[in-house]
Amino acid sequence: MKILVPLKRVADPDNANKVKVNAGKIETTGLEWKPNPFDEYAVETALRLTENGANPKARLGEVVVVTFGPKETESTLRQALATGADKAIRIDATDDQLDGDVVARALKALVEKEKPDVVLAGKQAVDGDSNQVGQLLAEYLGWPQATFAGSIKSEDDKSLLVGREVDGGTINVRVGLPAVVSVDLRIVAPTSVSSKHSPAHKYPEGVRFAALMAIMAAKKKPLTEMKLADLVSDAALKITYTGFELPPARKAGIKVASVPELVEKLKSEAKVL
Amino acid sequence: MANILVIAEMAPDGKVRKSTHSAITFARNAGGTFSILVLGQGAKAAAAEITGYGAQKVLVCDDAYLANPIVERFAPTVAAVAKNGFDVIAVTASSFGKDLAPRVAAKLGAGYAPDISGVKDEGGKLVYRRPVFAGNAYGNCTLNTAVQVVSARQSEFSAAEPSGGSSPIEDVALAAKDAAAERVEFVGLDAAKSERPDLGEARVIVSGGRALKEKFAEVLDPLANMLGAAVGASRAACDAGYAPAELQVGQTGRVVAPRLYFAIGISGAIQHLAGMKGSKTIVAINKDPDAPIFQVADYGLVADLFNAVPELVTELKKATA
Ligand SMILES: Cc1cc2nc3c(=O)[nH]c(=O)nc-3n(C[C@H](O)[C@H](O)[C@H](O)COP(=O)(O)OP(=O)(O)OC[C@H]3O[C@@H](n4cnc5c(N)ncnc54)[C@H](O)[C@@H]3O)c2cc1C
Ligand SMILES: Nc1ncnc2c1ncn2[C@@H]1O[C@H](COP(=O)(O)O)[C@@H](O)[C@H]1O
Repeated sequence: MKILVPLKRVADPDNANKVKVNAGKIETTGLEWKPNPFDEYAVETALRLTENGANPKARLGEVVVVTFGPKETESTLRQALATGADKAIRIDATDDQLDGDVVARALKALVEKEKPDVVLAGKQAVDGDSNQVGQLLAEYLGWPQATFAGSIKSEDDKSLLVGREVDGGTINVRVGLPAVVSVDLRIVAPTSVSSKHSPAHKYPEGVRFAALMAIMAAKKKPLTEMKLADLVSDAALKITYTGFELPPARKAGIKVASVPELVEKLKSEAKVL
Repeated sequence: MANILVIAEMAPDGKVRKSTHSAITFARNAGGTFSILVLGQGAKAAAAEITGYGAQKVLVCDDAYLANPIVERFAPTVAAVAKNGFDVIAVTASSFGKDLAPRVAAKLGAGYAPDISGVKDEGGKLVYRRPVFAGNAYGNCTLNTAVQVVSARQSEFSAAEPSGGSSPIEDVALAAKDAAAERVEFVGLDAAKSERPDLGEARVIVSGGRALKEKFAEVLDPLANMLGAAVGASRAACDAGYAPAELQVGQTGRVVAPRLYFAIGISGAIQHLAGMKGSKTIVAINKDPDAPIFQVADYGLVADLFNAVPELVTELKKATA
């Protein structure tokens, strides 16, 4: 199985409260770049789906990671190569040249070249929180989609059984390949991803880390560069941000000393009981 | 003045989901006129519920092909209806809405503004407001296409109340089927079974974190019962299996804004705050006085939850007796 994983770097999500707004623009200076957590989960999922339980040295497929970004995003790709991805592609672009629609249209062209069986994306990039690229891409390709995947079972090479985490429960669907799947948090739980070639052991919770040897070896794995114009002739954006602002601050609260005091405040001050 | 098409969402019980009323509020706030499209099996019966909300028309596509929420089956009909003179297609940003809306946008060549929290008409152009970076900033944006698609946050657009009148109901045909839909087989829905209100609609939510351990339900249920509340959870509590995944509140779970939110044994990570910061009154119970949750809590109680919550139930009984 050949899997394409679109991977974005984002400003450190655990410090998103340090995002500043300056003259209507977002400033992330001082924040580290990190891979979008959902995309790390997608890489992990892709690796699990192409693992050979019988012979851990042999892969049962290929994982290609792709990012849209400036030169320095290559380190995000190298990281993914070090954890086990086979090949990387960087589409040269700056953030202000991109919106979800351009990314999706460019990915469509890339998919037509690379011909993966599955595109495994994150369900959302946690900077823009848009949750759209996977769905847009699926429609542009005329492929089915399985969004919010919390579990994936590869039964054969023709379809995937996907548990989709939706409001109020889980929807199980079987999608015929090729398809777009976007992954949710629970996909990296120990038994969320399986195929008939899965190793006998359970996976640890979360994503794998790269060993030092692998980091060295990743420097030799193929990383190619393309221009956005190689993929889309019309790179016009569909969305324009006219300005950003910080959310209104919440009024500072108080600490109460006891449960009866809490109840009293809720009743007579907040009037919510 | 925009002509808006609101897409109603049907629940498995054959009714229009309450979440739809947020998309109706969006349409009212955007100004102009709107119609509502109800699609699904049994849509005709469901449509009768929403004729009193001021829509120009309630359009109905009632077909067994739409029995299950497989968006590849819905998108062609939504796009076909949209082409009858609608400028904006609006869904509520539920999991169904977020699954469907981009597909419709791609079909129409439309721009898409996801998860919006506000809308304003500025000189005939709609400006959408949307949270980014887990709600730590808000962006104002416009779409550069004539036809536009949006998903509206349920927590930010309060449920529309009926406005009287009676919109005429009109049948619309199922559009030609997409090949992609043939490749999706609906295997089943594992629905959460709960007598409690839905997180998106509850006036009171009692949420618990990792600290609850195996006693999650034992400790929180009496409090939730007492308040008629919905129960929520942090990611850590869901991941550990103390609470089912669909209870997760946060950036990547449900985004809620009840009148009263209890965060119990929850540290207050950015991703959790993103899902509940909009609540009117927030109460936090945590034994760590420096837990970040206290920075957003109106009322903080530093205490061991295993003592404080049962005591709270007793005190509430007294107070409301
Ligand atoms: C991509 C991504 C998405 C995420 N999305 C979400 C999301 O949508 N929602 C979400 O919630 N999280 C989300 N998270 C996880 C988030 O970062 C935190 O890890 C999580 O919210 C922590 O949950 P918690 O507060 O229950 O656990 P902890 O951080 O472990 O906190 C437990 C708290 O309980 C307190 N405590 C312990 N014992 C007691 C006691 N006896 N009495 C009182 N207090 C006690 C402790 O002081 C502590 O503050 C996401 C993370 C990532 C990377
Ligand atoms: N600039 C980008 N480079 C690579 N992948 C991206 C980029 N933007 C979005 N994606 C992919 O699309 C998913 C959803 O992103 P979004 O729709 O922007 O929330 C992400 O999790 C990535 O898998």
